[in-house]
Amino acid sequence: MNSNNLKKTDVIFGIWPCMEDNKYPILEAVINRNPDDIIKDIINSGLKGRGGAGFPTGLKWKFAASQTESEKYIICNADEGEPGTFKDREILLKVPEKIFAGMAICSHCIKAKKGFVYLRGEYKFMLPQLNKVLESFHESIRKTGYDFEIKILLGSGAYVCGEETSLMESMEGKRGEPRNKPPFPVVEGFNNKPTVINNVETFVNVAMIQKLGVAEFVKLGTDDSRGSKVFSVSGDTPKPGVFELELGMKLSDFVAEYGDGDTKAVQVGGASGFCVPRKRFEDTIIGFEGVPTGGSMMLFNSTRSMYNVLSNYLDFFAEESCGQCTPCRVGCQQLIQGIKAVKKGSKNEDYLDSLLKLTESMKITAKCGLGQSVANSFYSIVTNFKEEMIY
Amino acid sequence: MTETHELVKQLADKYGRDRASLMPVLQAVVEKQNYLTEEAMNEIADQFGISAAQVFGTASFYSFLDTEARGKYVIRVCKSIIAEMKGKKAIIKALENVLKISVGQTTPDKKFTLLETNDIGWSDQEPSMLINETPFTNLTPEKVINIINEYSSK
Repeated sequence: MNSNNLKKTDVIFGIWPCMEDNKYPILEAVINRNPDDIIKDIINSGLKGRGGAGFPTGLKWKFAASQTESEKYIICNADEGEPGTFKDREILLKVPEKIFAGMAICSHCIKAKKGFVYLRGEYKFMLPQLNKVLESFHESIRKTGYDFEIKILLGSGAYVCGEETSLMESMEGKRGEPRNKPPFPVVEGFNNKPTVINNVETFVNVAMIQKLGVAEFVKLGTDDSRGSKVFSVSGDTPKPGVFELELGMKLSDFVAEYGDGDTKAVQVGGASGFCVPRKRFEDTIIGFEGVPTGGSMMLFNSTRSMYNVLSNYLDFFAEESCGQCTPCRVGCQQLIQGIKAVKKGSKNEDYLDSLLKLTESMKITAKCGLGQSVANSFYSIVTNFKEEMIY
Repeated sequence: MTETHELVKQLADKYGRDRASLMPVLQAVVEKQNYLTEEAMNEIADQFGISAAQVFGTASFYSFLDTEARGKYVIRVCKSIIAEMKGKKAIIKALENVLKISVGQTTPDKKFTLLETNDIGWSDQEPSMLINETPFTNLTPEKVINIINEYSSK
C-alpha cells in the first residue's frame, strides 16, 4: 500500500519535557510575555479550532481580550460526543498537562482567573486521574505566583451540550438548550461574562505553538489548514485508533493507509459531517479547504448498507435534538419517517427530493449546529447512494 | 428527617446552593441513589430555593440524570453505527439472556438496569458499554457474561 503522502506527526502526543519540581517551564516563560504578542503568535500560526467549526483561535482570543469586563472565563470543551470521535479521550488520558497549560496561556492573554473543563459524563472514569494532574498543575502555577484556577465539571449524557452555548447553559445548571447567537460567548458566555471556549485539542495546539514557536508550527499543514490534526479512525479498518496526521491530506492517501482494501465510503466529521463515496476519494482534501473534520473518520466497506448508516444517524439526531426549535425537532422525525417510507415503497423515489428540500430548510432555520448539520450527512448519503435508499 | 433530606442537605453544603451547583448535586444524588426520586428533586428544590419544576426541567434534559427507577448498576450499551457494525446486537442479546430482562428494564432484585445509549467514545474498540461510569470495550457475548457474573457477586 502506498502511504508515502501521509505524514504522521507528533505535535499533540509528543513528549513534554518535564522537570522534577517545575513541570510547567512553559508557563513561566509565557506569563512574562506581553499577552498581545502571544495572541499575535496564535493568529500568525493560522490555528483554527479543532472541535469541527474551525474558527480562528487567535481572533477569538483577541475579541475576548478586548472586552473590558473584569470577570472572564476560559472553558475547555471536553464534551466529545460526535459519533466516531474519541480523540479527546486519548488527549485527556495522555497529555492532560498540555491542555491545562494551553488554558493558562489563554487566561494570561484575555485576563481570566477561572477556567473550567466540561468533561462529558461518559468520561467520568478518568476524573480521578485528571484531578491528580490538575492538583500538580495548580501547585506549579502557585509557585510562579500566577493566579489561575481550573475546575473540572461533568456533563450528563447530552450530545447537544457540545454546542458551546448549550454547554454554558448546562454549566449554569439549566437544560442544555442552545442560545441565540449573537451575542457570542466572547462577549456574553458563562454567567453572561466574556468567555473563551475551545476544544481540548485546540488548547494543546496553543501550548505547542508557544513551545515550538510559530515558524516551526506553520511548517505543517496547508495555507488554510495549519498544523496537525488528531484523527479518530474507526469502522471497517484494520487499524482502528487515534492517529495524528498533517492536515491537508488527500482522502485517497488516508484510505490507502487505513482502509481494508474495500472501502466504499468514508464519513468525515461524524454524523454531522459528510459522507464521501469512493469515486471522490482522489479529489477530496481533508482540511478547511476541502472537507473539514473534528477528527471523526468512519470507514465503510462494500458490505455495509448506507441506508442503515443514514438511518442510524437520523435516530441519533432525533434523540439528541433538544426540541427547542421546530425545524430540528420535527425535521428529524420527518426524515426518519420519510426514508422508511421510500425504502418500503409507500413513497416513490421522488420523495427523496422533498426530504432534501426539508434538510435545506433545516440548514437555514435550525437554531444550532445540530439541526443545521443534519443536511450534511443526509445530502451526501442520499445523493451518492440513492440506489441503496430505494430498495 | 429522611435519609434523602440528609443526603441532599449534605450535598448542598458541599457543592453550594447557587444554580450552577445544581448539576453536581443532581449527579451526586444519582451516584448515591441510582436515580432521582420525586422526593430527592423536591428536597433539592427546597435547598436551592427554586421550584421543583425547575429541578425536574434540568434533570429530565440529561440522559444520565434518570428520573425513572434504576438498578444499582446501570448498563448502557453503545448503539452508534460503528457499534452496530461490530456486533452490538449479539451483545444486547447476551445481556438480555443473562439478566433475563429486555432493554429498558431493571432486574427484580434492582441490581441491574439495561439501556442503550449514543456513542460513548470508544468507536475504535466496539462493541462497548458503560456500567455506571466504568467503560468495557471490545466486548464479546462471552466477555459480557463474565462481567455480569462478576458484578452479580459484588
